[in-house]
Amino acid sequence: MKCSEFLALLDDLMDDSLTPEVRADFEQHLSGCEHCEVILNTTRKTIEIYRSHEIYDLPAGLRERLHAAIMTRCKKSC
Amino acid sequence: MSTIQSIAGELEPHPDVALVERVREGDVAAYDELVRKYERQVFRIAQHITQNREDAEDVMQDAFLKAYEKLDQFQGNSKFYTWLVRIAVNESLMRLRKRRTGKMVSIDEEIETEEGSVPRDLADWAPDPEQNYNQAELAEILRKTIQGLPQGFRIVFVLRDVEGLSTEETAETLNLSIPAVKSRLLRARLQLRERLSRYFHRKKGPGETRNEK
Ligand SMILES: [Zn+2]
Repeated sequence: MKCSEFLALLDDLMDDSLTPEVRADFEQHLSGCEHCEVILNTTRKTIEIYRSHEIYDLPAGLRERLHAAIMTRCKKSC
Repeated sequence: MSTIQSIAGELEPHPDVALVERVREGDVAAYDELVRKYERQVFRIAQHITQNREDAEDVMQDAFLKAYEKLDQFQGNSKFYTWLVRIAVNESLMRLRKRRTGKMVSIDEEIETEEGSVPRDLADWAPDPEQNYNQAELAEILRKTIQGLPQGFRIVFVLRDVEGLSTEETAETLNLSIPAVKSRLLRARLQLRERLSRYFHRKKGPGETRNEK
């Protein structure tokens, strides 16, 4: 497996959708290629860091304004 | 708690199904609950697409109002969350079009990339890259970095990796093919990784100090 082939399969690896055979190829390449190991690790870290940090704070009062707007549209008895 | 049911092979309905049903019967409190549950996600998506706080606030309001009014059209065969996300994405794109009148806004825009290129830098990240920055600095880095991505990459990354939609759900929400979602996701991830590496790469050596340039 070449580095470019490794990269093309990176998403499938992270989504855990590789066949066992391809996975074995993948791991063999990984054990001998520091470059791809770094890319795999830092790509995982990239996803994780975006998942675990709130970069846009929810403005205060938005929920209350929304609730008020919904009440005016409420057709049934609420 | 649902072990016995699972063994029996019974599928538990998603908790949103009951909430939606209650809203349909006129229970506004049930809708408030759905809002509380998904307001962050909707606001984040709106921010990522419009890149403007005021617009994102408006989109959040409009998306939840629209979902409330159209709830009768909501088919139980899709998840309420993905249905809501779709509304939020469409409202965000509409808002963008309004701002850039005359200029077409599309998530289908052509994106120039070097297909299949292998990143060249080999810099590993520090064991805990987040420790070198405080929360505010880190948020700023993450915002700047993702804002620099092409729109069509950014939305796919946000829906798939941040908001947790599946490849199929993302494709359906954005009217893209599954291969298009996959290739955009890969490129988005690699571009973000490369850009973040500037901030998070491992320092050269142990002798390096804060004041050295
Ligand atoms: Zn390699």
